[in-house]
Amino acid sequence: MTEEIIIAGFGGQGVLSMGKIMAYSGMMQEMEVSWMPSYGPEMRGGTANVNVILSDERISSPILRSFDTAIILNQQSLDKFEHAIKPGGMLIYDGNGITRHPERKDITVYRIDAAEEASKLKMQKVFNMFVLGGFMKVKPILKTEYVIRGLKKSLPERYHSLIPMNEDAIKRGMEMIRKV
Amino acid sequence: MEKELRLMKGNEAIAEAAIRAGADGYFGYPITPQSEILEYLMEANPQTTTGMVVLQAESEVAAINMVYGGAACGKKVMTSSSSPGISLKQEGITYIAGAELPCLIVNVVRGGPGLGTIQPAQSDYFQATKGGGHGDYHLLVLAPASVQEMADFVELGFDLAFKYRNPVMILSDGAIGQMMEKVWLKPQKKRSEEILPWATTGKPASRPRNIITSLDLDSERQEKFNLKLIAKYREMEENEVRFEEFMTDDAEYIFVAYGTSARICQKALQLARAEGIRAGLLRPITLFPYPKKRLNELADRVKGMLAVEMSAGQMVEDVMLSVNGKTRVSHYGRMGGMIPTPEEVLENMKLFIKG
Repeated sequence: MTEEIIIAGFGGQGVLSMGKIMAYSGMMQEMEVSWMPSYGPEMRGGTANVNVILSDERISSPILRSFDTAIILNQQSLDKFEHAIKPGGMLIYDGNGITRHPERKDITVYRIDAAEEASKLKMQKVFNMFVLGGFMKVKPILKTEYVIRGLKKSLPERYHSLIPMNEDAIKRGMEMIRKV
Repeated sequence: MEKELRLMKGNEAIAEAAIRAGADGYFGYPITPQSEILEYLMEANPQTTTGMVVLQAESEVAAINMVYGGAACGKKVMTSSSSPGISLKQEGITYIAGAELPCLIVNVVRGGPGLGTIQPAQSDYFQATKGGGHGDYHLLVLAPASVQEMADFVELGFDLAFKYRNPVMILSDGAIGQMMEKVWLKPQKKRSEEILPWATTGKPASRPRNIITSLDLDSERQEKFNLKLIAKYREMEENEVRFEEFMTDDAEYIFVAYGTSARICQKALQLARAEGIRAGLLRPITLFPYPKKRLNELADRVKGMLAVEMSAGQMVEDVMLSVNGKTRVSHYGRMGGMIPTPEEVLENMKLFIKG
């Protein structure tokens, strides 16, 4: 099993930290993992993206052009990466602010309105965990208990009180995600 | 600290590995994409645990001269920077090579020339392997291709630096510095208390003065010294060549690539094999000394070699020198911080095969 993922959205949406938590939990499930961010000036207020690879085998290139799964959180990223998904692959997107919806027919498209739900529940801080929950539901590679352990590893201790809220967001995300 | 599995950035792995390898001192100045090395060490504050000194110098020039001083005392010292900062350090580096002192220098390369970009590149190959500073000297150059190797090459680098009394460079790039992977960290080593016979630690009555200098105004003596250095570099070429091969046994065409490019070529190789192209990969791990002999052997039975680098074509010259006309050699590269994709590399291998 090798799962090549791109997560893309605005800087500040938790794109990089979602990827980090996925990599942590993959590592604790004894997978090979890599996390390759786009870094640099483009991140300030612009778009951010990260390539995450989870695999049973030694990972070759950490930098990719085509993906099994794309997790897309804004229009620019949808425009840029919809065509980078492998035929038969999967697209998960948040409908917030999307004016041109996904058009490809040779991939499976899921929608999760995480931004709206997070704002309704006043849980904007853990917006990315709704999305992660959605991914975990439709691509059950990562187990919740390891994701929680991943959160503990990647969050500074002063935020550990927020872990139950993250867990709730993951559960809600699992319920919310819908096939388009 | 015990052996431990962690998810780390390449830069963080270097910093943690330095502490665990029992380094005595790190002297640096921040620059993207390697500032995490200094930041990690500052936060870890190893002065309170192992006694390792971590110091942010006032400039790159100051940092490399602090390394020179520490190395002269026989201490395990290091510095790190990225391309423009490494250029600033070149005077110090040639003095350290000329004074035959051990130290570790990390270059997390970004696009150039000049200030260039902050994105990954491999365009400092010439500078790292052919000199960089003035005079006939070589660094021993290690090229990590994973976060694990970023960690492992710190201890290896120190060991080789002391074995040959020669500066060692870890030539990495922004991609490996910034990416996170699994890394096994070694247990904490104690800092060495051994006083080396050549180190300037205060003269006891029992031995003559130790003098550390790179200056000799007598040309005959200087030439003898040059010959001694050359003999040392030949010894490195005998003993320290490191490389890794993938599917070269039945390969007709070979990618030659190091660091990030080698990882990309590994994927391109899988794609090529899936299309029935008999490709292989040779990944030099030491860039000086270079795996010349092995490339020359492979040249007898392959149809061509494609050097893939994030540069305008630097390592490709060493491939050409290694095969000495026995087989076709070409280069594919991206520059300025652009990273080639595996698909793009495969397309260029196909063009190369067509001739």
